[in-house]
Amino acid sequence: MEPKIVAFCCNWCSYAGADLAGVSRYQYPASVRILRVMCSGRVEPVFIFDAFKNGADGVIVTGCHPGECHYVSGNLNAEKRVENTRKALEYLGLGAERLRLEWISASEGLKFAEVMREFTEEINALGPSPVKSHVDVKNPKH
Amino acid sequence: MEKVYEGGERIGVFVCRCGVNIGGVVDCDEVARYAATLPGVVCVSVNKFTCSDSGQADIQEHIRKYNLNRVVVAACTPKTHEPTFRVCCEEVGVNQYLFEFVNIRDQCSWMHIWDHEGATEKAKDLVRMGVYRAKLLEPLEESEVAVDQNAVVIGAGVAGMQAAMDLGDMGFHVYLVEKEPSIGGRMARFDKVFPTNDCSICILGPKMVEVARNENIEIMSYAEVVEVKGFVGNFEATIEHKPRYIDVDKCTGCAQCTEKCPVEVPYDFNEGFGTRKAAYVPFPQAVPLRAVIDLENCLRSEGKECKACIKACERDAIDFSQEKKYSKVKAGVIIVAPGFVTYDPEPRNDYGYGMDDNVITTMEFERLLNAAGPTEGHVIRASDCKEPMRLGFINCVGSRDVKTNVHCSGGVCCMFNMKNAILLKEKRPEISCYLFYIDIRAPFRGYEEFYNRARELGIRFVRGRPSEVIEKENGNLVIRAEDTLKGVVRNIEVDLVVLGTGIVPHSDIEKISKMLKIPRAADGLLMEAHPKLGPVDTVLGGVFVAGGASGPKDIPLSVAQGSGAAARAARLLVTGKAKIEGITAVSDAERCIGCSLCVDVCPYVALTLDKKEGKVMVVEAICKGCGTCAASCPVGAMEQRHFKTEQVEAQVKSLFALT
Repeated sequence: MEPKIVAFCCNWCSYAGADLAGVSRYQYPASVRILRVMCSGRVEPVFIFDAFKNGADGVIVTGCHPGECHYVSGNLNAEKRVENTRKALEYLGLGAERLRLEWISASEGLKFAEVMREFTEEINALGPSPVKSHVDVKNPKH
Repeated sequence: MEKVYEGGERIGVFVCRCGVNIGGVVDCDEVARYAATLPGVVCVSVNKFTCSDSGQADIQEHIRKYNLNRVVVAACTPKTHEPTFRVCCEEVGVNQYLFEFVNIRDQCSWMHIWDHEGATEKAKDLVRMGVYRAKLLEPLEESEVAVDQNAVVIGAGVAGMQAAMDLGDMGFHVYLVEKEPSIGGRMARFDKVFPTNDCSICILGPKMVEVARNENIEIMSYAEVVEVKGFVGNFEATIEHKPRYIDVDKCTGCAQCTEKCPVEVPYDFNEGFGTRKAAYVPFPQAVPLRAVIDLENCLRSEGKECKACIKACERDAIDFSQEKKYSKVKAGVIIVAPGFVTYDPEPRNDYGYGMDDNVITTMEFERLLNAAGPTEGHVIRASDCKEPMRLGFINCVGSRDVKTNVHCSGGVCCMFNMKNAILLKEKRPEISCYLFYIDIRAPFRGYEEFYNRARELGIRFVRGRPSEVIEKENGNLVIRAEDTLKGVVRNIEVDLVVLGTGIVPHSDIEKISKMLKIPRAADGLLMEAHPKLGPVDTVLGGVFVAGGASGPKDIPLSVAQGSGAAARAARLLVTGKAKIEGITAVSDAERCIGCSLCVDVCPYVALTLDKKEGKVMVVEAICKGCGTCAASCPVGAMEQRHFKTEQVEAQVKSLFALT
């Protein structure tokens, strides 16, 4: 089964980069589901845990390059949070490598596609999330 | 307002085929059938083009017929079409924030062209996520702010000047900020301009004077915008005024100080050819026509007590006590027109530039051709000051090249270099000119005719990028290139080589991009809001872009963009009102424990801790709605409207509902 990857994209840079990848027809596996937030700084560790708890195999948070954040420094907060969440994931036994942070600008459509391709391959190599077997996918809680 | 939704969520899902763009990959009917099974969905519809009039009418009919209170459209991207559908919903009484966009084209069908099944499954997942999020959306109101009636224009090249003049003529006050001591920009340096070969400064000079005369334009030359605060309609720009060491009110531009100044430095206006003094007037047609003292090169910076300029000035205008000054101005709109520069071949010594005296750039050649230039219009070469009789022009230096810059200069350099060859050939028909090119790009009216004229004049076009230029002992140069039309390698000896250097970003573009948060494209230039439909808009409300800063442009295009940006900016100034998104932070005072973690991460000053109450307050007019505060709140008191924790969580969790 194809892995499921949740990608949090910020409205100004990486979401626009994902659009540009589409406009330019750069292909990547259909495993990635994009969620738009205004800024990568909005992504709470809770969202990431939620994703893993419900069966995500990988989570990627993407934002503007440092110094280019539409909201000055939101991306730097995202960086800290992702770093801490990675530690927690390692501690929980899921592995830090299932969570990734990437800076992708609105003009980097090619990079967006490459990152998604690469991350999907990495997740494939890791295999399904160990949490998955404990989740009743037929009856998820909403 | 909430009462309206007492009957529960009534969601309508509209799936767009976008012709074959989505429909050719994603099974839209299957997606719609699936959407109909989701909780809260009362109707579904598949449209050929949901954004068309008939598509929008379909949405509105469904809203009325099924009494919908949530609308989900699965189509292209919110970046371009969210405003369209928001208006469509508002028109029939559904609050625009109860509309949810699901991106199944740019981020699905176009991404997975060959994986129809995977793309369809993904589209279904995305629609489900959208529906679960839509269920929890809340109506919000946009707020309206007054728009300050002033404008700031950054850069007074031909694009910035045009924008300033248009706004000034409409009656708005414009602060025209130019980094150089004179307005005019690049165009002031050109000799003649294609395709009509009219004298550049003869047409630009009167325009510069007109700008200075316009009573609504305040020229701030030798100044830079260093900081911008605020938002659409309410910007505050900090401007740094560099000291001229001249009292501009007293100076008349008579240049007596220039005459007496003992220091000579390379003349930047002439691309480093010839010299100017440390006390100088930028060029004869400068606006404002005032002297400036380049203190870095002045003897005083070496501690010497030179008073040559002070003694020479009859009006007592020299003032070495001047210091850098800062001023703040308020403006409703900002137009960014910092221009471009041409590629510098010196660091890489392209074709021997910087090592061989007789290899120059086309901009330098332009100054040699100019009657007001360092050689009064006589083309000579540096090694022996003789007139070259054979010239080689090489196009695409520092453009269309994987080693330096892969981007094309959009025909501007083709035309530029070709024009210089034509000017020379017209002056001296006996001179032989070779022009090496990859492709000739002559795209607009009169340009193709211009190219034909070049060939009729006897300029020899050689199709091929030269591999090297070899300098001979007598200073002559041998250009070695494959003539790709003939299929032979040619070694052509010339007396002077002129490099047609490509267009690259101005060093200030990065600064401006960071200061205003305008993204840059892959070529390093500023990015417009939409490459086709928003060429002078930026993603920021109230900020517009014009001229070479957003892609290579020649003069007519830069002027058109200057006018375009002015017109777009005037929409806000005329109505005097701008709308601000309803997506802001909101704090639940009951839950707030006053830890002020959110205050620390707020990039603006939108949050303040009320020490008496021990609660954090949100100043909505300042909040830009990034949501960083919401993510930092340890007790869930701080929320971001439209991206509330439960709304995002619903989307995350519903991704895995495999029903």
